[in-house]
Amino acid sequence: MTAAADEIVTFDNVGLRYGADREILSNISFTLFPGSFYFLTGASGAGKSSLLKLLYLALRPSRGVIRMFGTDVITMPRGRLPTLRRRLGVVFQDFRLVPHLSAFDNVALPLRVSGVQEVELDKPVNDMLDWVGLSHRKHARPETLSGGEQQRVAIARAVIGRPDLLVADEPTGNVDPEMALKLLRLFEALNRLGTTVVVATHDVHLLRKVPDSLIMRLDKGQLSDPTGALRYPPRPARRTEA
Amino acid sequence: MNTARPPAIGRTVPRGFASFAGERAAQLVPQARLAGPMPWVIAIMVALTVVAAAGGLALTNLAESARADLAGGATVQVVEAGARERERQAAAAERVLTRHPAVAEVRRVPDAELDRLLEPWLDVGSGGEAVPVPALIDIRLDRAADADALAALRQALRAVAPAARVDAQASWLRPVFSAIASLQLLALVLVVLLAATSASAVWLAARSSLGANRDTIEVVHLLGGTDGQIAGIFQRSIGLDATLGGAVGLALGLGGVLLLGRSFAALDSGMIGGGGLGWSDWTVLAFIPLAAILIAMLTARLTVLTTLREMV
Repeated sequence: MTAAADEIVTFDNVGLRYGADREILSNISFTLFPGSFYFLTGASGAGKSSLLKLLYLALRPSRGVIRMFGTDVITMPRGRLPTLRRRLGVVFQDFRLVPHLSAFDNVALPLRVSGVQEVELDKPVNDMLDWVGLSHRKHARPETLSGGEQQRVAIARAVIGRPDLLVADEPTGNVDPEMALKLLRLFEALNRLGTTVVVATHDVHLLRKVPDSLIMRLDKGQLSDPTGALRYPPRPARRTEA
Repeated sequence: MNTARPPAIGRTVPRGFASFAGERAAQLVPQARLAGPMPWVIAIMVALTVVAAAGGLALTNLAESARADLAGGATVQVVEAGARERERQAAAAERVLTRHPAVAEVRRVPDAELDRLLEPWLDVGSGGEAVPVPALIDIRLDRAADADALAALRQALRAVAPAARVDAQASWLRPVFSAIASLQLLALVLVVLLAATSASAVWLAARSSLGANRDTIEVVHLLGGTDGQIAGIFQRSIGLDATLGGAVGLALGLGGVLLLGRSFAALDSGMIGGGGLGWSDWTVLAFIPLAAILIAMLTARLTVLTTLREMV
């Protein structure tokens, strides 16, 4: 399978097993295009988190081919993976904030890792914290933040670098419906700027909030794609902003 | 919370070449410093290494000094029971040796000095003849007291002092030199073992710290942190611990060396007096903590890099 230059991610016949157990993901094939918005749904244990881990390069598949930004990540030298990871934004289900760092430093972390100068950090990080309503808690450590506040810090950290691909695992699980909607609007805003967004959720109400989104449904490790829209999707006609 | 698009994602933050290191990066891993065991483990290792290395260097100096002193030294003993004949042969030998071209210095050891040396063991009184004591002549050659030189002296003395025996002074001390060489080897082995132990302690500390901070490391890794960046954080942390421990260990070790030096100096023994440390030796000792810091940082880096390679 050849990857077009404008494909963000292509999975071709990917399988994943842990150790000698049976495959928890089987024959997964799909393509993510720039500027598309995807919801990944499925029951608990369907393999959503494992699929997301493959997407944010925390795991390598047991078989199949994964191409990301035009590069085969299976055969790619390990030393070049950080370059790809810096183009991703990840919202972990358990937030995974660094406990010793303040909210500010957690949000600044991806920028620092990718070599942004300290003088360039303050404004974007403060703006982002202000936008998620946490500017007054910027010096607070994660342990002193509520679950919802931690989640907002995690989301701010994932989007601060304006990633090409945003992967979010149940990003609205710990916030009230109003905050969930606002966070969804953030993802949409990012999506309109060209970021491909993949949101794993079991909240069916959330799916209706983004009308142009595509649904990826996992069932017992198999991706259901009866119309082929995931593997051969219609080219996205989304409006992108400069 | 605002509902408008956040300004921060409306523009791309320019990526630079600032290295993710120093204070900012170090925050990712809790720093125990002197409250933790690592600086103290390194301090003890450095102190022991300094003492062992100082011992080795002192033994080297002692051996070199003794060798230099004894290099051209030889002793002529006139072993004759009769006092008059012994005295005659000794005087004749002294005359021959004084004129011998290979001999630079001749000193007849006075009987009184011999009596003093032997009195504690043989209870020989001054001028006593209960036990016949050989007459001794110390000589210093203008060349090494090797087998050829000694044979020439024996040849020269055979006619005038048939009871004379000629020995190189160094040959009497051969077992001492052999013991010194063994002690030097022991000191070297100790230094190597202590360095290996220090490296092992750092390896354990780095593994333990990696385990305790695994979540943080995984997050930095998944955010695009390189192995080098993450290893650098631990390398810096261990480096600071090693610097603290090295300074404390050097002070403790040098204190111990000075105390031992004073104790040995109080022995007032000619041979031990040659085992003092020179400036070059003190410089070598001062470099031990630097070597410890380098070993610690290198060990930490390699340990972390090896562990990180287990991740995707």
